[in-house]
Amino acid sequence: MAGKTNIQEASHGRVPARPVLTAMAVIAPAVGWLVPGFGHIAQKRWVRGGLLLACILTMFFVGLAMQGKVYSPNTGDILEILGFIGDIGAGGLYFVSKAMGWGQGAVHRATADYGTKYIIVAGLLNIISAVDAYHIAIGKKR
Amino acid sequence: MNLELSHFSASLLFAVLASIVFGISQRNSPKEMVKYGLYCLVLFVGGVLVAGWLMWIIKH
Repeated sequence: MAGKTNIQEASHGRVPARPVLTAMAVIAPAVGWLVPGFGHIAQKRWVRGGLLLACILTMFFVGLAMQGKVYSPNTGDILEILGFIGDIGAGGLYFVSKAMGWGQGAVHRATADYGTKYIIVAGLLNIISAVDAYHIAIGKKR
Repeated sequence: MNLELSHFSASLLFAVLASIVFGISQRNSPKEMVKYGLYCLVLFVGGVLVAGWLMWIIKH
């Protein structure tokens, strides 16, 4: 009932006073983080989920194709740490790329640096998309 | 696989993909999403062009 009220409030452009923590509010961002766009797809936002999936996958794999680097967990240079934080945002894509040994990086190529940034931004966009899935789940957004 | 994009095409592809995600995630209705996505795209591409010309002016 409370969830329904929140959806009604969101449809009228109002933010609910108190977000309701449902199972979907936990599942959607987690699934959305693991597989880009699936947080939306799980809530039947097919087009949005499909577009997010396509955009984030494209950005990640174009980054890899440009010989970008996928960072490993590290305690070294601050930029390396931030690079890892960005990369881990890609969720499942990060783990798959690490398992497959992709993203070793090619420092002698100018475009490889673009590739590294593509991969980091794909992770950051995935975090934004997972947060959006959470907002839909709590009724803050339609 | 080995992909080599020019500076401009790499920034254009980046702008398109990021604008779509921003549009979807930052607005509520489909119409607003499209408008905001286009707005972000114009800012991204405009920023690239302005920065490019600024660098050209500084160099010359």
